[in-house]
Amino acid sequence: MSSLGVLERLLMDVLWDSSEPLPATDLRDRLLTPAASVARRKPLATTTVLTMLSRLEAKGFVTRDREKRPHRYRAVATRAEHTADLMHEVLGTAPDRQAALARFIGDVTPQEAATLRRLLDSAPLAHE
Amino acid sequence: MFATAVILGIVAVLLAGPVPILLSAARWPARSPAVALVLWQSIALAGGLSMIGSLLGFGLIPFGMNLFDGIRSLGGHLVAGTLPDEPSFVAVLMLCAALILGSHLLLNLAATFFRAERQHRRHRHLIGLLSQPLAEHSGTRVIEHDAPVAYCLPGATRSATVLSRGLLQLLDDDQLRAVIAHEHAHLMQKHHLVLLAFKSWHSALPWFPIANRAENAVALLVEMLADDQARRAVDDRTLATAIALVGSAHQVDPLGTDVELADGPDHPFDLVSPRVRRLITPPAPLPAPAVLAVAASAAALLLLPTLLLMLA
Repeated sequence: MSSLGVLERLLMDVLWDSSEPLPATDLRDRLLTPAASVARRKPLATTTVLTMLSRLEAKGFVTRDREKRPHRYRAVATRAEHTADLMHEVLGTAPDRQAALARFIGDVTPQEAATLRRLLDSAPLAHE
Repeated sequence: MFATAVILGIVAVLLAGPVPILLSAARWPARSPAVALVLWQSIALAGGLSMIGSLLGFGLIPFGMNLFDGIRSLGGHLVAGTLPDEPSFVAVLMLCAALILGSHLLLNLAATFFRAERQHRRHRHLIGLLSQPLAEHSGTRVIEHDAPVAYCLPGATRSATVLSRGLLQLLDDDQLRAVIAHEHAHLMQKHHLVLLAFKSWHSALPWFPIANRAENAVALLVEMLADDQARRAVDDRTLATAIALVGSAHQVDPLGTDVELADGPDHPFDLVSPRVRRLITPPAPLPAPAVLAVAASAAALLLLPTLLLMLA
């Protein structure tokens, strides 16, 4: 993961944890944490934060309130909503299943699960 | 040309029906999944080629004695806007069908890959924002979710194996190593490309009963191939337990409120039990001559429609 990727994640964490929309300067201040400094190795400029914000806005993760100056930014959806979206995609329950991902396994019926447990219990232990 | 078209038509029908049905019912693919996967791909490709080739052969009959003459003559007539000496409505119909079928299959393949890439890109970005790397295992990321889930996210430059918090809680260290080795094998062997190709075939011909069967058989073979790689990292029983645990966890603990599992006709195919049974009582791999014979049939299947068309 690139340092920009780490910064983006930290920025989204701030937005997700904030109860109200935040201007870019506040976001920069809240990003002056040890983790962000390690990723960046130099003081974070507001312009960098603004660049990241417009990138995230274009991707549909962030939106801004344009009524006040400076603009206030907030996350489009909560962390949990995004996670649920991803899980729908992975488990094949998303409406668009074109790109279903190869996940570890499918699902079995309860009866089959019980049969498998019996099989495993009765199988001889492997030599380790 | 007529004989070629008839033979190709028979081959197409065989490859669209009896052959895949026999293969999906056969037991030997579990013994040597790699060569079985090659055979499936060859059947799908040869089936499409002979179907299109047969239509093309029938359609070109009024235009020439063989494929190249026929196409040259057809091109000449198209440019000049003339008809051949014995114009045939059926031949034109067949030519159109060949053209439509061919472009339908190719466009669908392109669209499937394009859509998948777009969706994967967005997924990768979100995973980057939502997940943390797992310290002990490189290339893995952990997402905070209770459902036990592991999957791989193929990428052009960097691929990742994504594990959920629920999975880390469900499995012990050895079982986790098994899952990671399994996913790593998927990424290394580029299984997503094979799966996408068969998914595209299925979505291009949804009314085609065999396409569904082929997609499921291929999905199972791909899982077995990844299992075989994971068996190098852990013993069979650990892997079997991990598969059974994750597979049945969705039933025992249906994931909280966020994710509802699709059940019913969407998920009728069992990708779990055959693999667990295979690990508990491993079948002997096919002997080398048999593997060679299967590989040779796969090659012959591909050559047959090509040669028939060229030499007609």
